Amino acid sequence: MSKTAALLQWIDDRFPLTSTYKAHLSEYYAPKNFNFWYFFGSLALLVLVIQILSGIFLTMHYKPDASSAFGSVEYIMRDVPWGWLVRYIHSTGASMFFVVVYLHMFRGLLYGSYRKPRELIWIFGMLIYLCLMAEAFFGYLLPWGQMSYWGAQVIVNLFGAVPFVGEDLAVWIRGDYVVSDATLNRFFAFHVIAIPLVLLGLVAAHLVALHEVGSNNPDGVEIKKKKDPKTGIPLDGIPFHPYYTVKDIVGVVVFLMVFSIIVFFLPEVGGYFLEDNNFIPADPMKTPPHIAPVWYFTPYYAMLRAVPSMFGSQFPGVVVMGAAVVIFFLLPWLDRGKVKSIRYRGPKFKAALVVFSVSFVILGWLGVNPTDFLGKVGSSDLDTATLLARIFTVVYFLFFLAMPWYTASDKEKPEPDRVTG
Amino acid sequence: MKALRTLLVGFLSLVPVLPAAAADHAVLDKAPIDNKDVSSLQRGAKLFVNYCLNCHSAAYMRYNRLGDLGLSEEQIKDNLMFASEKVGDQMVVGMNGKEAAKWFGAQPPDLSVIARSRGADWLYTYLRTFYRDETRPTGWNNVTFPNVGMPHVLWELQGQQELQHEGGDQKTEHGAHAAPKLVLAQPGSLGSKEYDAAVADLVNYLVFQGEPARAKRVQIGIMTLLFLGILFIPAYALKKDYWKDVH
Repeated sequence: MSKTAALLQWIDDRFPLTSTYKAHLSEYYAPKNFNFWYFFGSLALLVLVIQILSGIFLTMHYKPDASSAFGSVEYIMRDVPWGWLVRYIHSTGASMFFVVVYLHMFRGLLYGSYRKPRELIWIFGMLIYLCLMAEAFFGYLLPWGQMSYWGAQVIVNLFGAVPFVGEDLAVWIRGDYVVSDATLNRFFAFHVIAIPLVLLGLVAAHLVALHEVGSNNPDGVEIKKKKDPKTGIPLDGIPFHPYYTVKDIVGVVVFLMVFSIIVFFLPEVGGYFLEDNNFIPADPMKTPPHIAPVWYFTPYYAMLRAVPSMFGSQFPGVVVMGAAVVIFFLLPWLDRGKVKSIRYRGPKFKAALVVFSVSFVILGWLGVNPTDFLGKVGSSDLDTATLLARIFTVVYFLFFLAMPWYTASDKEKPEPDRVTG
Repeated sequence: MKALRTLLVGFLSLVPVLPAAAADHAVLDKAPIDNKDVSSLQRGAKLFVNYCLNCHSAAYMRYNRLGDLGLSEEQIKDNLMFASEKVGDQMVVGMNGKEAAKWFGAQPPDLSVIARSRGADWLYTYLRTFYRDETRPTGWNNVTFPNVGMPHVLWELQGQQELQHEGGDQKTEHGAHAAPKLVLAQPGSLGSKEYDAAVADLVNYLVFQGEPARAKRVQIGIMTLLFLGILFIPAYALKKDYWKDVH
């Protein structure tokens, strides 16, 4: 036995190194027919690592203090060697995280990756999505610009709309009667340690659950049903390493090109990734005329604004916004289709998915803009944008609520026995 | 499947390219600036320290960063530093902020990142649209930023403009003037073209000041993309080679 083999044996006697490596990489059999949409899972992991590493370096120079936070970000941009690069990587990474995760979730919808037996993978994934939203929200306050400040103010005030306990709840979250130094300090704590810890745990759970049941694929058939009788290896499976590691490297290189184009040539992305108003230091006395969250929250923001206040309370809007996120969790049980993949679904599901995706994008577009940007409906008092937001909010919810019926009655095609390549 | 993807990409492209948030002021002139024009940037820096840096600070900017504009420390010290001693100092002003708020109605904002919040076109238009208005405490008003607290600091260069309304003194419901026209009533030391060029220099400098690392960023970006472009070739070849036995 060579020295390295002996060392490996020594470790394996004490820690499951080789068996873990085999179970998750070299002998984890993934379907051989992954397509373009299957890059976004590994890319999400990559962005997570990018955010943690760039975040560590930002934390070394950033000051979570209302009087010096804005200045410390500019200090990073100007005086810290390569600080501008680290900061742009982190700000671009925040938005790209959502780009990648939204595409990853859309893949799940396309191929029914949330269906039995992958319900828990989907739930862990949705919890990751929730964490990501919290992480983005807490992090956005830290540069202490006008949008940071007023965005946080608006979101915390949503909690203030909860009946009876709302005001106390909002004060408890802020640690003050307005967003202030106390708020900045606690948001910093949540952003750099509390949420990332939960996030990492959930990512581990997401992957463990995935590797337990095995990956879905564009045909939505279970490759574990057809195994080689001698080896017990799925006939349509290939080891994740080296096949998908070398494939994902190609995806990573292409992704990094897109990422670099943003970081180096258009870090603000026309005000979508870094908003113009956030280059004005936070001023509690001056409310900006138009407060918009960053683009990845705008579909939900449009829904919030679409719901009229009832009994003088914004609470119904808050409930709708919350429900829009939570309803995703129910997807595995709302879908009554027999096949998983869009390839064999009937026309009803295909139409529903297209209409839903369009609604989501349009709601996002409406949420970016002020409510009066499309004028009024006819001669009425109602903003056209508000009317559109109401229509698409209803469409958004119908995709989920009507799903048990249109999926059960859909004309599906028969699934093949094996993957089709 | 392909059709669905095409459809999705199509719908995504419907998202407008520009946020409509910038629509709350008048039509802006395009700032004719060039961030590679070093002499323009140097002239702009000189205008900035002479005219702006008395009331406005640029507290995140250090004097020695002007070295990026091809200036030596000696040149910076001799020509551009009036308020401090060390070239490593930040561009702060002696004016008391609270007093200034009393005088002007608002504290003059720090200009370190003003080009990033306002945009070059806004600054270029704003600095050229001051006009005499005796109803204002300073005697000046501005078309781009109505009732601004700042007087026209560059008036000796531009001269004095007056606002003339075609067809009488009509005002629309938003308070904006209907078809306002700025007329140069009293010329300044610079001609109108020269003044525009001077403002362009100043705005060019403000854009530089907003992000001094920009030139380096673009330079490194090109190298990074070249590297990734080359890296793509072996990465793709490796994938092809491994996958040739997968059918």
